[in-house]
Amino acid sequence: MAIEKFNILTSTCVPLPAENVDTDQIIPARFLKATSREGFGENLFRDWRYDKDNTPRKEFVLNSPEYSGKILVAGRNFGSGSSREHAAWAIFDYGFRVVVSSFFADIFKNNAMNNGLLPVQVSANFLKNIFNEIEKDSQAQLEIHLEKQEIRLLSTGEREKFEINAYKKLCFLNGYDDIDFLLSKKEKIIAFEQQRGG
Amino acid sequence: MVDSVQDGPDVLYIDRHYIHEVTSPQAFSGLRKRGISLFRPERTLATADHNIPTQHQELPIREKLSRIQVETLSENCKEFDVELYGLGHPHNGIVHVIGAELGFTQPGMTIVCGDSHTSTHGAFGSIAFGIGTSEVEMVFASQCVLQPKPKKMRINIEGALGKAVTSKDIILYIISQISASGATGYFVEYAGSTIRSLSMEARMTICNMSIEMGARGGLIAPDEITFDYMNGREFAPKDADWDSAVESWKLLQTEPDAVFDKELYYRAEDIHPMITYGTNPGMGTAIDGNIPKLEEIPADEQPSFKKALEYMNFVPGMKLAEHPIDYVFLGSCTNGRIEDIRAFASLVKGKKKAGNVTAWIVPGSKQVEKQAYEEGLAEILEQAGFEFRQPGCSACLAMNEDKIPAGKYSVSTSNRNFEGRQGPGARTLLASPLTAAAAAVTGKITNPADLL
Repeated sequence: MAIEKFNILTSTCVPLPAENVDTDQIIPARFLKATSREGFGENLFRDWRYDKDNTPRKEFVLNSPEYSGKILVAGRNFGSGSSREHAAWAIFDYGFRVVVSSFFADIFKNNAMNNGLLPVQVSANFLKNIFNEIEKDSQAQLEIHLEKQEIRLLSTGEREKFEINAYKKLCFLNGYDDIDFLLSKKEKIIAFEQQRGG
Repeated sequence: MVDSVQDGPDVLYIDRHYIHEVTSPQAFSGLRKRGISLFRPERTLATADHNIPTQHQELPIREKLSRIQVETLSENCKEFDVELYGLGHPHNGIVHVIGAELGFTQPGMTIVCGDSHTSTHGAFGSIAFGIGTSEVEMVFASQCVLQPKPKKMRINIEGALGKAVTSKDIILYIISQISASGATGYFVEYAGSTIRSLSMEARMTICNMSIEMGARGGLIAPDEITFDYMNGREFAPKDADWDSAVESWKLLQTEPDAVFDKELYYRAEDIHPMITYGTNPGMGTAIDGNIPKLEEIPADEQPSFKKALEYMNFVPGMKLAEHPIDYVFLGSCTNGRIEDIRAFASLVKGKKKAGNVTAWIVPGSKQVEKQAYEEGLAEILEQAGFEFRQPGCSACLAMNEDKIPAGKYSVSTSNRNFEGRQGPGARTLLASPLTAAAAAVTGKITNPADLL
């Protein structure tokens, strides 16, 4: 078992400037009834994307023919609320591989990384510039370079470094999985239990 | 802590793992794919709570997908040898209600669950936090999770609470002060004389909502109130073990010279009965107060503020008191315990539910339900015109049939007022059980202090 390997991605973006986008918006609770990980992309941002009678809402960005790509660019405090990993699954399943924001909620960030969806945290200013560039040209592209931990706006050349812990970076670059890592620690875990028990 | 990864997270051993039907099936499937079993099944406890009906639990679940999800939990628990308190079991209930009332949660433990409100258990002085399904699988496989070290925050509250002010008001007040992301990246300790005076159930309400300001977890140092609550509970240590456990729990105190990354101070007298008016839990105000005016909101937050008020059909600057409401929900892992039902019943006793209000009173567990009948609370509620239902998460997240219709106002004792949280288009106003009771009998937003 492994996550998808990731190093460099250049793509157009889907802009979602709303702030505090919570996981109930990303995937409403009524769609959490499945017992598998697949197919959640269909209901990504369900209540913003569709009317009550399932007609796509023209004004919502995922329904706009103008915007597409593998990078979702979102306002600050993205992924707050419920711990449902279904939110990360839905974003990945829809086709995104990176979410860029100026601030992520903790649990969402972990969930994303455990599924090969890279959260890239940028400064508020850089985020504003990305939104501006996309507004000017919907085909504006971002380049994410994980090895260098750098994000670059191709149209302006503006770049910024982003943080990721070294272990997680290695997981993304090599497609490693936390569970394999933890299973490799079994002896240490058993020693820990015995030491505490005694 | 078992081990440290260089430049990475720590390997944290987990003492207690709670699971439920919604965030566990994919983790069990993962084990199956890897061909491994649960490493320490005795440390995991399962319940069905998120996706179950709150009426006619004795009948098969009508909705097919919900039924399959609950059945899948039963099959998984059987196959992997996990103790399950399923539908109808006398120990069944909301995961964060039963964990505490059974004494499975104990001071000093590390506790996780695939649910963000796991922070509830921090009320016992445990390290408790919510995890995602991949992490549920990690705990299944290794009894460990990988955790980066959080920053530490302490929130101090001093003084006596005013009339009709409850622990729910304390936490709604704190979140309104620091915002829905004000504690992201932190673990929070709640301290001060006000916190020390609270019952365990009231403390759980506060720790429960730590996540609503972004905190990974919240905790309160254990004391005599904690030990009195725990003594005699099903899984609490017994006899000589109890005495030695209490001795070790007494050591779980923050050192006087401990340094926090951030420290905040509030006065209890500044806290009034609270209510939220927007679409995140940080958008709250004193119930007699007004929604902020647009110019009081920082420019870069104005678009979100406007969007939220549009959804709620409120206008900036308006007064909240007297605004008519349609639904009242008492329940959830935040306020579904016996003290919450007692508080609600004490206010509605001898009064009648307002004609324009639909109200659902949902106990947090079978034990709470049983106790409410034994104490005569169910009878008081029914005489006042309220529906006393069976336990579950219910309208807190509206995964089952308990949905608030679009456009309706719901005064809810739950923890989230996100768009559509209680049903597509539903408008949620978070408040305490007393405030919910006051709204239920008057049919409008009402300061409960005026009715007590």
